[in-house]
Amino acid sequence: MENYLLSMNSIQKTFGKVKALEKTNFHLQKGEVHALLGVNGAGKSTLMKILSGVYEQDSGELLLEGKSIHMPSPKAAKEQGIYCVYQEVDTAIVAELSVAENILLDTFVSGKNLFVSKSKLYAKAKAVLEELHAEDIPVQQKAAQLTLAEKQLVLIARALVHSAKIIIFDEPTAPLSIHEAEKLFSVIRKLKSEGVSCVFISHRLPEVFEISDRITVMREGTVVETFETSRADQDQIVGAMLGASLSNELINRTHPVGAPLLQVNGLSDSEKLKDIAFEVAEGEIVGVVGLVGAGKTELAKALFGGMHLTKGSVQLAGKSLKLKHPEDAIKAGMALVPEERRKEGLFVHESLQTNASFPNLRKFSRGLFMNKAAEKGFASDIISRLRIKTDSTETPLVHLSGGNQQKVAIGKWISLDSALYLFDEPTKGVDIGAKVDIFKLVRQLAASGKGCIYFSSEIHEAIGISDRILVMYNGQIVKEFSREEATQERILLYASGGKEELSERKRDTVFI
Amino acid sequence: MQAVEKKSSAKENAIQFLFKYGAIALLVFIVLYFSTISEAFLTYGNFTDILRSISIVTLLALGVTFTLVVNGFDLSVGSTMSLSTVVTASLMVWYEMPLWLVLVLPLLVGVAIGALNSFLIVVIGIPDLLATLGMMYIVAGLHRTYTEGYSIYNNMPLTSGGTAPGQLSEAFLWIGQGKMLGLPVPVWIMLVMVLATYVVLNHTRWGRILQMTGGNAEAATLSGVNVKKVKFAAYVISGIFASMAGILFTARVGSGQIDAGAPLMMEAVAAVFVGYSVLGAGKPNALGTFFGAAVIGILLNGLTILNLPYYAFDIIKGGVLVIALAVTYVYAKHKFART
Repeated sequence: MENYLLSMNSIQKTFGKVKALEKTNFHLQKGEVHALLGVNGAGKSTLMKILSGVYEQDSGELLLEGKSIHMPSPKAAKEQGIYCVYQEVDTAIVAELSVAENILLDTFVSGKNLFVSKSKLYAKAKAVLEELHAEDIPVQQKAAQLTLAEKQLVLIARALVHSAKIIIFDEPTAPLSIHEAEKLFSVIRKLKSEGVSCVFISHRLPEVFEISDRITVMREGTVVETFETSRADQDQIVGAMLGASLSNELINRTHPVGAPLLQVNGLSDSEKLKDIAFEVAEGEIVGVVGLVGAGKTELAKALFGGMHLTKGSVQLAGKSLKLKHPEDAIKAGMALVPEERRKEGLFVHESLQTNASFPNLRKFSRGLFMNKAAEKGFASDIISRLRIKTDSTETPLVHLSGGNQQKVAIGKWISLDSALYLFDEPTKGVDIGAKVDIFKLVRQLAASGKGCIYFSSEIHEAIGISDRILVMYNGQIVKEFSREEATQERILLYASGGKEELSERKRDTVFI
Repeated sequence: MQAVEKKSSAKENAIQFLFKYGAIALLVFIVLYFSTISEAFLTYGNFTDILRSISIVTLLALGVTFTLVVNGFDLSVGSTMSLSTVVTASLMVWYEMPLWLVLVLPLLVGVAIGALNSFLIVVIGIPDLLATLGMMYIVAGLHRTYTEGYSIYNNMPLTSGGTAPGQLSEAFLWIGQGKMLGLPVPVWIMLVMVLATYVVLNHTRWGRILQMTGGNAEAATLSGVNVKKVKFAAYVISGIFASMAGILFTARVGSGQIDAGAPLMMEAVAAVFVGYSVLGAGKPNALGTFFGAAVIGILLNGLTILNLPYYAFDIIKGGVLVIALAVTYVYAKHKFART
């Protein structure tokens, strides 16, 4: 066996009846960036939670620098120099404290001094941020005011304070803009050059190839294979993740669109949206693309009655709508799959069938009384139609993987037979297998005459699925492309506020 | 590692068991314990006594259950009950109103207080605990001001001179003191209300909407639920239950005592939280609430038989609440640590 910094040997972990990890081996070299890939539910998160002390393995051992270690808590893991930068950075940041206090949080929480010298604190925090080339973050500012990307850097800085040996990045780039992601990569390279080992979890293959030295693929609770990045190609990796090669049925669609369905005119709200106008026809999929913060989510919510509108009109199937509350939008025939599925779309502690029936309770009740058999029937129906992986219709959604949760968040609208579906970042944090299922479903809905609006910052996905693409920038629709005209480069140009006439610059995109 | 596995799963099983059957095991233990000590304890007479004694608390607790279901809280139920008690008595003793008005007006008082609570919480945005804490004092003050600090009873002397004209009627007193089919009327009222609450919360569309609103208000909104209306309804229902408790109390005691509800608020809240851990429900539920009220009622009854001084009872009530909360939160921590 080689000399690894860390070895996880035949790790087993079960939750109730579910086997999350089965004889899993994972090895990390010193100073490498090691990508960990797998579809949702493959066991990546569980493995990393064991490494960071959140869970304890049922059996198997962890060796750090050749010595067996035992980590019953995240604190114990940190003492061993293992840190984790979670996807949901907000859970690890104390919003009301300053940047410096956040960086040095563990130090002064467990420190012996009763009084903390602010100036020392600031100086120390500044030094750490400089190491990360992130000196532009003001150390005295409240953490609440930082962007997501900056919060990530604060968490990385916190790990550095303690001379971390291993830092785990759990989908760090998911919420970042391209520019922010590039910056994060340079930080990761810096860490690497200083001998820190990084585990990098991501669903975006191009960036995995850009940043990693080795790639380990997991499937169904065990490690399938570890690749040298320089010797692997994307098809190989995707094949290992899915267990079979992925047929590319996303491309090529010829579908006639029907009569005008949605007409939006001069829509504005008090904060973000300015003079939005567009149409959607029956059977048409309209992509709305823009970078994070462009106003996509605001537009989706506005159409769904969740925003206070100051101007403009919305017509659905010829009828003028007054959208004061989502109730109005649903009655008019709209459905929204929101961006933050756990927070806004689902009741994660409730069962699958309770979630599925909720938007349309009248259909699943006789008089005032719930008809639980009908609920169960519908739940079984969407389970097979959307290929949701679950034990039963009674399983609480927390036990489902992200992709399967998202399928429920979409499936719950099907019983309403809405005319217009709004999808806000429906593939966020979803693995390739589930993505394909979601794309198919959107296509099916369109084929049956529904209008679909597909809000996304994943430009290549939007191009793949849409008939027409609207580009948003700063709360406005700045450009419309037909499917034939749309290319990543052109969309990205408009999405970042540029215009074609003015720009001859070459765009280096990081997406495929 | 083997040892670690065994230890942690044994601990897990113990927590699971405690959460599912802990409350029931506690009840069985209490009943067995008291019946070995006193012969008077395990008799039909004492059994109906206990049920009658918990009927008022159970009504209060059902109201609290509704607010907890929508992820709110209502501390003002005790005061609302006090106000309803004196209003009920005054309507008969001071104003000689017909029975139907005597039963309806206090309920409207409850509706008004519930509406005011939800206005503060839903429209103004004050956190539920604080808003209803404030209302608790306001309503308590209101009811004392209304009676000028006196309790209301038949032929009471009035501050304006003379004696009160009216009386609590026989028909009214039957609600609190009568019997039907071998059980006291308050027990019937309680059982019907528990059953109604159970059916509404667990088997109707309204119940589903209440539960889901409490589970995730944002997701409920985006699924088309008007969360404000739902919360409004929950607080109004809580007010109505508190008023019913007040009416029942007046009929049971035969006078309009002031501060009748204040000591019962704690018991009601404790009953609901004991109910969380009945059969591992993990959330407010009607049958659990009834069960919780029964545990507390039996405990207090047994301690009375044992001659524990009444002034020590608050220790027991508080203790039961703390234990119930501890079980609930330990379980929640344990459950969410895994997800």
